[in-house]
Parts: sequence; C-alpha cells; structure tokens
Amino acid sequence: MKLLFTKVLVFISLSLVPSISVGSGRAVVPDRDPVTYISPFQEENLNCFKCHGQEKYEYTNELLGTQVKAIMCLEHIIKSEDFYASNHRSFSCTDCHSEDYSIFPHSGELRMELKYTCLDCHGGDDTFSSFSFEGIDADYRESVHFKLENDGFSCWKCHDPHTYRISIRESKNLKETILYNNNICLHCHSDYSRFHLLTDRDEVNLMKTHDWLPDQASHFRSIRCIECHTRINDSILVAHQVLSKDQAVKLCNECHSRNSMLMVSLYKFHSKEQRRDGFLNGIILNESYVIGANRNSYLGNASMLIFGIVILMILIHIIFRIKRNKLKEG
Amino acid sequence: MYLYPVWLRLWHALNAVLIIILIITGISMQYTDKEDSIFIVSFASAVKLHNITAIVLTISYIFFVVMNIATGNGKYYRLKRKNFFSDLVKQMRYYAYGMFKGEKHPFPVSMERKFNPLQKITYVLTMYVGLPLIIISGLGLMFPEITVKKAFGVSGFILTDILHITTGFFLSLFLVVHIYTCTLGARPTSLFRGMLSGYHEPEED
Repeated sequence: MKLLFTKVLVFISLSLVPSISVGSGRAVVPDRDPVTYISPFQEENLNCFKCHGQEKYEYTNELLGTQVKAIMCLEHIIKSEDFYASNHRSFSCTDCHSEDYSIFPHSGELRMELKYTCLDCHGGDDTFSSFSFEGIDADYRESVHFKLENDGFSCWKCHDPHTYRISIRESKNLKETILYNNNICLHCHSDYSRFHLLTDRDEVNLMKTHDWLPDQASHFRSIRCIECHTRINDSILVAHQVLSKDQAVKLCNECHSRNSMLMVSLYKFHSKEQRRDGFLNGIILNESYVIGANRNSYLGNASMLIFGIVILMILIHIIFRIKRNKLKEG
Repeated sequence: MYLYPVWLRLWHALNAVLIIILIITGISMQYTDKEDSIFIVSFASAVKLHNITAIVLTISYIFFVVMNIATGNGKYYRLKRKNFFSDLVKQMRYYAYGMFKGEKHPFPVSMERKFNPLQKITYVLTMYVGLPLIIISGLGLMFPEITVKKAFGVSGFILTDILHITTGFFLSLFLVVHIYTCTLGARPTSLFRGMLSGYHEPEED
C-alpha cells in the first residue's frame, strides 16, 4: 500500500514538476547548475541532507540528554550539490523513500524497504519513450551484469539515482564526459571491496589486462569503457549489453578505420553537421585524434596529386633517357 | 674515388631500412580499415613496429649528426650563398635538358664536392629540417602529455599529427626521387654500388 502510495506520488511529481514535462513547450531539462537550481522540495530535502549530505552528523540522544556526533556511512552520503545536478534533482527524497524516514532515529525496518527499479517509473511511459527504457532493459538482461542480479546487481550499481546525470547527450566537454562515464565502471571495477560484493572472482588489475593497448593512458582518457565492452544497439541511445571480457572489442580497426565504430557510439550524439566531411573532417579530427579515422580528405587528395605528378615526371625522364640511349647506340 | 667511409655506408644502409619500415607501417596505420590495412601489416603490429623503428631512427640520426661533426663529413652539407640560385638552375637545366644533349655534368663529383647543388639543398632540407621535424612531432605523438594542448582552437595533438604525417609524406617523396636520381650515375647501378663499396665511379667524359 505504501509502495503504491509512493508510486502515485512519483507520478504526480513527474506530472506536476514543470522542469521535466515534455511536449508543452517548456524546458525538458531544468537548470542543471546546483548553485542556481532551486528545487521545489529544497526545504523538505534539507532535513535529509542535514545528516546524509556530509561525512559526520549530529543528533540529540533524548534518553541521555546528550549531543552525539557520529560518522555517516560512506554509502549513505549524498552531496546535495551532486543531487541537485542529477537527473532526479526535482524530486523530494520521500518521492522514492518512505515518509517514515522523516522520523529520527529511523526505524530498522526501513532498511528492508523495497527499492524501485528504473522501469518502475520510466517503463511504459510516453514521456520517456525517446530513452527506450524497455530496450535498455532488454539489453541489460542480455548483459553479464544481469547474471549478478541475484547477488545484488541492479541499475543503481551504475546509475546511482541520487547523483546520476545524463552526460554524453549533453556533453560540451567530451573528455570530462568520458571521465564521468568511466568512473561509473571504475566505481566497482577498481574498488575490490565493492567488486567482491557481487563476485568471488580474483582481483583484476585493469592496467595489466589492458596492457596490450598501445598508449594505454590515451585510450583510457579518450574513449569510454563501454565502447569496447558493450554490443552496439542502434535502437537505444547508449549501449547497455555489457559483454564478457572474451567478447570485448580487441580489433584496433574497429575504431581505427574510416567507418570507425566510434561514430555510432561515442560520437553518436554529435550533430550530422559536425560529423560531415568539413575542412578538418568533422568531429573526430576537431575533438579527438583517432589514427586511421582521422583522414583529412583535402590533405589526402593533395598528397596523391603531388605523388602522381612526381611519378609522372620520373616516367617522362626515363622515357627521354631511353630515347637518348637509343640515339647514342644508333 | 673513395668517397663513402664505412660508418657512413653502415648508417646509410640502416637509415634506408628504417625509413622503409616507417613508411610502410605509417601508411598501414593511416589507411587502416576494418578489412585490415593495406601493406599486410596489421594495425597493432604497425603501431608497435613504427614506434620501435622510430626510436632506432632517432638514435641513428643523433649518430649521423655527431659523426658529421666529428669526421668533417658535415662540410658537404654546408650551403653557400654565392651563386646559390644560379647553380640550382644550372643543375636543374642539366637534369631536364643538358643530360639528353650529351652535355657534361656542371658539378662533377670530387673529394671536395660530393653533392651537386640540387642534391645538397635536398639533403640539407631532408636531414636538417625534415628529420628533426618528424622526430620531434613523433615524440609528441608518442608522449602526448608533452604536446601543446590547444593551438588555434584545434587540439595540439591533431596539429602535431598533421605535421608528422605531412613531413612523413615529403620524406617518402624524397625517398622516391632519391632512389631515381641514384640511377643517374655513370651507369644506372653505379651509385648504388658506390654506396656498398665506398668508391664513386666517375662519369665518362
């Protein structure tokens, strides 16, 4: 009953909050700047952020009448500035969490609270049809991550609902976006206490397993992990079918070629205008450097022309030499 | 006429092999495609081979410069202002016209003059402009952290790449012309044999 009530609340808040309404001519994405953005639930949420927004919190032990200072568990810290820059910034904490959390100390039973999945709110809703959450879910179910669902894997492992923000679609700085995206993977894949919550596999040294990559640091800085570790699906915006390590892209030419797969993954959201062959051959050459994909057509044609002229001149010279030798012999 | 000492011949042979490997691997990388690259070398092998060869070339280049200073071979590369353009024109005229008319070489090879004016300017540009440019830009590509981040609103890495590829193209062009002009000795193979034996075969009068 409580879950249903909360779902109704979520629905109402989604319908009423102007910032995320679509099709009405109003802004689809509200102000993302956590400094200027003012949440309709700012005061209400402050009650939660007072403790959960920092590393230590304070409360009064009413039984003893003492003031207690305590350390907040790392997993339960949500920086308000991160939350107000996230996709869910227009929410009230109790849109998703029980109203009972407003009572302190929180009841132990609340820990057992059933959490939403992405599809609980985003599935079957025309508002979010462009994101194709159902397609994402279908891809996720084919991914290696899905196999870990019984061990506790869920959408939230990568997309923390408190801090996750759409990045690649709105990217103004590709390098920052890549870093943001890769940190999502590294959150578990480079932190073995977190990694071992889901698997008994031995510790994996990512630097070692990727040491076959020439100029490893450049690759890590310039592409997202998912470029090589997911299967591209044209019907969804960002690939979610994470592959096993044996199926990961290992052929350099997949990216280092004229029809680089990066054009349908990393650079997918850059406008066609930016991607067309311009003076600098569009987006790849302007923002990134990918050997093999960075072929400047003008320089390519000019070099072929110069090379052709030189060969022609040599051939003409050879012909004259042959003629001269024949004359000499004659 | 003993014109090419052992160190020079060994360096020249090594340099030739390195340059050919660099051109093949460079083209393989630049024109790589999903159906694998041309010139048979796969992208991954091309990158590895190109990097290793480039390091050896850099060392070999430093050796060349040091030996040029130490042995006095550098004197052949010294450009003279006097009659610079008129000598160039004279040499070009010989290649384009005079040699077909049986004219004498305007600048015959001697112990004091190993290169004709056209050779000299080409070799100076290749060895003292082209090579340093391609080595420096190559180091910039090998160690991206040392390249300028941005210039003229474009990534410094991309500009370094364009400089590297363009210089590489002109050096490749030089190689083609160099090989061809080496057939213009007393006999088509004379100059090649000279670089193996060290002895220059003079042209017939």
